[in-house]
Amino acid sequence: MAINLNHSEVPIRENRLGSVTGYQGSIKDLVNQAAGCSLKNKERCFSQASACSSGCAQSYLSRIVDAVLVVHAPVGCAADSVYSNTQNKWGEKVRNWKHRNISVVTTNMVEEDTVFGAVNKLTETIREAYRRFNPKAIFVTTSCVSGIIGEDIQSVLDELQEEIPVPLAPVFCEGFKSKVWASGFDAAFHAILTKIVKPPEKKTNQVNMINFSGSARNQIVETLARFGLEPVFVAPYSTVEQLSRMSEAAATISICGTLGSYIGNGLEQQFGVPYVKTLQPHGIAGMDSWLRGLGATVGKEKEVEAYISEQKELIAADLAEIREKLSGYKAVVGMGPSFGHNYIRTLQELGIEVIWGATWHFDPQYDNGEAPASIQDLAAAEVDIPLSVGDQQNFELLNLLNRLKPDLYVARHGGSTVWATKLGIPSIMVADEFSAFGYQGLIDFGHRLLDAVTNRSLAKNLSKRIKLPYTDWWLAQDTFTFLEDEVI
Amino acid sequence: MSEYIEQIRHVCSLGALQSVLAIDRAVPILHAGPGCGQKLWGAIGFQNGCQGSGYAGGHTVPCTNIGEKEVIFGGDERLRGIVHNSLNVLDADLFVILTGCTSDIVGDDVGEVARRFQEKGKPVVYAETGGFKGTNLFGHELVLDAIIDQYLQPAKSKQTGLVNIWSVVPFHDPFWVGTYKAIERLIAELGLTPNIIFGPGNGIDALNKVPQAEFNLLISPWVGLKNVQHLQEKFGTPYLHYPVLPIGPTETAKFLRTVGEYAGLEEKRIEKIIAKHEANYYYFIERSADVLLETRLLPRRFITIADSFYSLGIAKFLINDIGLLPETQYITDGVTEEQQAGIKAEFSSFVDGITANVVFTSDGGAVHEAIRETKFRSRPLILGSSWERVLSDQVNGYQLSVTMPASDRLVLDRTYVGYEGALRLVEDIYSIILADFQ
Repeated sequence: MAINLNHSEVPIRENRLGSVTGYQGSIKDLVNQAAGCSLKNKERCFSQASACSSGCAQSYLSRIVDAVLVVHAPVGCAADSVYSNTQNKWGEKVRNWKHRNISVVTTNMVEEDTVFGAVNKLTETIREAYRRFNPKAIFVTTSCVSGIIGEDIQSVLDELQEEIPVPLAPVFCEGFKSKVWASGFDAAFHAILTKIVKPPEKKTNQVNMINFSGSARNQIVETLARFGLEPVFVAPYSTVEQLSRMSEAAATISICGTLGSYIGNGLEQQFGVPYVKTLQPHGIAGMDSWLRGLGATVGKEKEVEAYISEQKELIAADLAEIREKLSGYKAVVGMGPSFGHNYIRTLQELGIEVIWGATWHFDPQYDNGEAPASIQDLAAAEVDIPLSVGDQQNFELLNLLNRLKPDLYVARHGGSTVWATKLGIPSIMVADEFSAFGYQGLIDFGHRLLDAVTNRSLAKNLSKRIKLPYTDWWLAQDTFTFLEDEVI
Repeated sequence: MSEYIEQIRHVCSLGALQSVLAIDRAVPILHAGPGCGQKLWGAIGFQNGCQGSGYAGGHTVPCTNIGEKEVIFGGDERLRGIVHNSLNVLDADLFVILTGCTSDIVGDDVGEVARRFQEKGKPVVYAETGGFKGTNLFGHELVLDAIIDQYLQPAKSKQTGLVNIWSVVPFHDPFWVGTYKAIERLIAELGLTPNIIFGPGNGIDALNKVPQAEFNLLISPWVGLKNVQHLQEKFGTPYLHYPVLPIGPTETAKFLRTVGEYAGLEEKRIEKIIAKHEANYYYFIERSADVLLETRLLPRRFITIADSFYSLGIAKFLINDIGLLPETQYITDGVTEEQQAGIKAEFSSFVDGITANVVFTSDGGAVHEAIRETKFRSRPLILGSSWERVLSDQVNGYQLSVTMPASDRLVLDRTYVGYEGALRLVEDIYSIILADFQ
């Protein structure tokens, strides 16, 4: 399926990839259904607040160092700029940079704008944003309000482009359009692909490393140097200039399949930059696969093999020890699909039995037309694991955890682990995308898990003293009571 | 209000979902887009003193996650289903349906949905809080009005001495729990019976008692005025509007005297309470006077960039009690023009004829630009939000986050209100100054 850069808007994942947010079954069943084109989305007749595309698009783009984000929306839609600013400072801390505030301006749409439109306000805000920050690019995100009242943002930007000499990129990420909030990453990357990335002038030894915070950047710089490569961490903390040269890279790699697949495949299809479509580099199998994929792409297979065996030998004793300590523990995983699949495998490498996987959506394929490597890998394994898909519906997770009572709940995405902890289940929040990264990362992560199960006092004390907000009726129901065939 | 905003310091009307969560065992039901809830509690909850999801917040909040289908065909039916199932799934005493931009624009008849449940005796109310309507502080007023109109029942009789207390906006103020508790203690000391609906251990029982009160006490520059007026119309309950958050001995004494006089309490008793608190307060100030006076790092001038509660409350304390001088004070909570005059007047009545220049704006970027252009004769003390960490570096100031977003602080039961609260503020400010070079 080709990526179309002639349109200013990328179709949402549901329409482009057939992604779903409602499913219950097992990994093998899910993959079979997806392969047989029989996978149907399901909908819930009870639902809880999840997340939306604009959050993903905005938090991602707002951390490009010399770009500005204009949020064409009521003030509340820019609420995540507070979180993004905190996140941004973490990334700056990792790099020993001086702190700055992210550059986000909202048009602050009000009631009269819903009647008369707000294109003048948008024009004024973009001009002011340009004056304040003198940025190298301006991204303009849409919102439910601007979408419903039909603001012609493209025309505003086309007109302003004559007076403002930097790329003005629309980012279509109306929250109501997609239940898969990762559609917002695609919208962000589509804006980068269509408005920022320039055709290559030369080929470089650089590798586009698609990620969030870059906390493992030193390790990655060191590792890639062994193969004569230099990573450019995309897109947060990069400059517009760096992004514009992504087409010149030797390859694109990603820490997360969900995040990286659109830009990776887009660069490959448009500019011939190979995208490494392997497992993600969590744990041993993941790192092996990721490095071998990269090695094959750049012709450094031998160097990669040498590195892999050297690194594995370094951790062999530690791994045996941590596996022994963790074996017998049972875990439930709750994450976005790419992280979810990769962490199921990673936990198994640590000797933990994963008894359920819950992912926030599922992509039957990526933009190259292939199913994600991470789910193919799990489907090919001997053991099948129960799996459900939901847009982070906590009532299902709580019901499930209450029934399964695992030793550990491992999740990514804020506002999830706290509820498991209240049930008395020690929980790990994988906030850093480089947790369990590679060989040493696996050992470090193992120790983190071990610490969590070794002292459970917080979980125990909390669970004894607090009341969950769910009725006894609900906790006695089947977990997927409210999951129904979608009625269109 | 219509200006662009850089560095947000409030969210939209739907942010009032947090006011519902501040009432024990009350649950908001959002008829809104899938991301609204997460964005809003993220900003005025988690990234603001690290306030978490509590009993039923965060990803527990029921939400229709309104999508394209509802935009085209309307979302009444989906909402009805979600409300029905919320009543079964969640263990709560009150459900408040709150609308977001989408449902308000497409014109869903949410009132009709709520009424159907009300007719069946279910504790369900609704408020139209579409985000484009205003700030979360405005939304807070909408929610309280909705509860007054659709939930509260007239009392059979008034309870002597019972006072409803309305003040800071829960969650928007990271110190709201401690602040309500501190006000509760002060009012109880006067011999009155405080009734507060927000915070632990209060909730529905307190809410049900609201119409029985002898009077409503509003401690706020403007937020909530509409509500106490509404309560007066509806239940005939008079109200006392005290426009300054009382921080420190001068303002707290004035507050206690004002309330005492309004409630017809014995003056001698109030003076005794004030004297006891002042003795305790000044014991510590006397002890710390050495460091307050003799360190070479002492800031002489301060700026507040805060909502009207904290901008005014802190300015009163630092000027009237601690002897600092005001640089421009920036008020960021979207105060309407008609309400600005009253607040401005308060900034003109400090000790010794001191006045402060006040600017009302929600645009933090413009504030930072103005401050960067200000010439300071000493290191300024900047009392604002975590947005000011960077600014403070640029102008060589001291910074303390006291208002939304206070993402750099963990706040549990801390408050700056009253006598002890003022001591906490002095501790926090001077600990930052002392830590600055050590």
